[in-house]
Amino acid sequence: MNPTDTALDSGLQEMAPEAAGAPRRMVLNMGPQHPSTHGVLRVILELDGEIVTKAQPDIGFLHTGIEKQAEALGWQQVVTLTDRMDYLANLSNNLAYSLSVEKLLGLEIPPKAQWMRVLLAELARINSHAVWLGTHALDLGAMTVFFYCFREREDLLRIFEMFSGQRMMTSYIRIGGLALEPPRGWDRAVRNFIRGLPEKVDEYEALLKENPIFLRRTQGVAAVPLERLLDLGVTGPMIRAAGLGWDIRKAEPYSSYEQFDFQIPVQQEGDVYARFLVRLEEMRQSARIVEQAIDGMPEGPWRADAPHVLLPDREKMKTQMEALIYHFKVVTEGMRVPAGEAYAPVESPRGEIGFYVVSDGGAQPWRVFMRTPSFGNLQSLAEMFEGRLIADTIAALGSMDFVLGDVDR
Amino acid sequence: MNFYLLTLIKMALTILVLLTCCAYAVWVERKVLAHIQLRPGPYRVGPHGLLQPLADLIKLLTKEGILPPYANPFFYLLAPFLAVALALSAIVVIPFTPEFELFGVRTAIGLTDLNIGILFLLALSSLGVYGIAIGGWASNNKYSLMGSLRSSAQMVSYELPLAMAIASPLLLMNSLNLREIAELQNGFYFGFLPRWNIFAAPAPQMLAFLIFLTAAFAETNRVPFDLPEAESELVAGFHTEYSSMMFASFFMAEYANIITICCVATVLFLGGWHPLWPSAYGSDLVPVVLLAGAGLMLLFHAAQAVRRRKWDRFTFPVFGVALLGLAPVFLVPALKLVLIPFFWFVAKAGFLVFVFIWIRGTLPRYRYDQLMRFAWTFLFPLAVANLLVTGLVVALAG
Repeated sequence: MNPTDTALDSGLQEMAPEAAGAPRRMVLNMGPQHPSTHGVLRVILELDGEIVTKAQPDIGFLHTGIEKQAEALGWQQVVTLTDRMDYLANLSNNLAYSLSVEKLLGLEIPPKAQWMRVLLAELARINSHAVWLGTHALDLGAMTVFFYCFREREDLLRIFEMFSGQRMMTSYIRIGGLALEPPRGWDRAVRNFIRGLPEKVDEYEALLKENPIFLRRTQGVAAVPLERLLDLGVTGPMIRAAGLGWDIRKAEPYSSYEQFDFQIPVQQEGDVYARFLVRLEEMRQSARIVEQAIDGMPEGPWRADAPHVLLPDREKMKTQMEALIYHFKVVTEGMRVPAGEAYAPVESPRGEIGFYVVSDGGAQPWRVFMRTPSFGNLQSLAEMFEGRLIADTIAALGSMDFVLGDVDR
Repeated sequence: MNFYLLTLIKMALTILVLLTCCAYAVWVERKVLAHIQLRPGPYRVGPHGLLQPLADLIKLLTKEGILPPYANPFFYLLAPFLAVALALSAIVVIPFTPEFELFGVRTAIGLTDLNIGILFLLALSSLGVYGIAIGGWASNNKYSLMGSLRSSAQMVSYELPLAMAIASPLLLMNSLNLREIAELQNGFYFGFLPRWNIFAAPAPQMLAFLIFLTAAFAETNRVPFDLPEAESELVAGFHTEYSSMMFASFFMAEYANIITICCVATVLFLGGWHPLWPSAYGSDLVPVVLLAGAGLMLLFHAAQAVRRRKWDRFTFPVFGVALLGLAPVFLVPALKLVLIPFFWFVAKAGFLVFVFIWIRGTLPRYRYDQLMRFAWTFLFPLAVANLLVTGLVVALAG
């Protein structure tokens, strides 16, 4: 018998006659095929009328085996797997993995690549938050916001395509720098988008921020105390909405975030509405960071000078023997990473994402463990649901902003 | 004999027109929502998606109707029938135009002239909840059951403010006959403000109208009160298990209800077929100007050399000429007596339908408990207060 069956059975047994003294409860199997579980999450709800008395999440419907698969691929190839975990903010995943491996390699990343990474990670944050806001509002019945948000997302996907040739699975941030040289005219395209963004965010606000129905649906809903959130391992906008200004970009700056001027929005209430406010403000702050990144983009190489790791220039290969030898070795043997272990956290749109990477000195990782924000955030599901109405569970689910690919990997 | 023949013809026409209106209300809804949401909406089937309702109908007719194994077959099949039958029959009491002579019979557009028209409407709308309640229960699905429970509670609760809101124009008009109510709203205050109930003293009959409209949103299960079918929570609510024409019946019933309730609002509050301003100032020319303007605009666009779509090069002139040809019909003296009032009625009801769609594109959804609290602690007392004030004024003045 597989674990999901036992979960349902234990739920059903509570309805059995021997528990006749207890009040009869309805067990509702919400998901994995449900319009609002954002993918294939299954939640077993025990209902008293419309009030949830018990909630039990059941994950694993999107299990891809990415963690294990990473051990069978070359170091550089694993980047493509990280895209497929959190497909809404794949560049943050790329960045987290690359930072970990670069730590092991001891690589020095040129400033242009670092700034470009910051710019792309922030664009990914805007993208992810736009999708979150759209789907969250759609869950609450405000369907127009969804289309407005997807308009911005479409612009962003076009920018990503311009950079990498791909819309979603960009794999653009690689170990040692970037995958390709940034395309000509990228700054104009990004600036055009980012200039218009604050107005668009105002537009979302106009539709929702003071809408009495939206306020009633979100204020005071699914609030969990900060201590409890920290115990459960929740990170990202969810704890910032509960009053803790913890953001890895500020706390442990990576990829030259310390050179940027931005604020960490914090709210105290910790309810669905506070999360909404925090994420909206984060979109604005991300736009600020992107603008600074365009203005101050340093000149120079866009990837590290590390011939034993990265393929050499085509030109050099034709004129220098060492370059040709390195090329041959990297292609045939793959890049080798010195034995050891490293962990580098990154602030993804959902919270702290980190890759714990172990190397035995070979051309493939010995182990790649992902600390993913969606998994941590999902731990708070039961506390948010219990004692609330079914309609609130939808608001709470939306405000958690998880991606099932990130949970199951 | 003439009377029976005429009634039969009118019945056939009414059902045909109503069903077509339902189908095109869906098209209009999709188009309006689409334009609110920065997208073109249906565009592929026919010019600007005009044949989309037909395509949808063919699709739904040819789908397999699935009977879930644990459903109660009798009630499961009865529910959509009940819903659509009750929704469609409510239209019979709506008077669309004043009476006129046809083949020596005094008649009007509109099926019958019930002297208790309002009570009939209220009775039908109370019965309407059965279709949903039975359908949700008989499906034997938890989502359906919750949807139908919510819907029963919601419709029963909102029936009260709805009835209270209806009662205040009834007090003013002193009649239950919809035709009489419409006829009594003839004329203008100060020569320009129409004597519709919405503008009638005691000053805020506007309030009664707004209460009526709010309750109407809840009665027809529309955003922001669309909890019975709250798709994000209850999958599809009471019609989760329904497919094929059974689903289409519920869908049709919803749109028929919207159209009916908009017609009722038009009769009760917006003066039925009476024009917005006196015909002395040219209100009779409005349909002519509108149709001719639309026709000319289409011809103008057809004359533009570059059209993005091949279809438009053909359909724009055709529709343009058709609309231009239709415009002078409203000037023919014999037809004018019927068509101009009919135009005003349809325009007002159509505007209300547009409001229904507009709201859907703008607002989020209420939560179940908030919805009930809204009905009982706000809307109902407000409706009672409004009724009391109206009653007092009528008693003192009359």
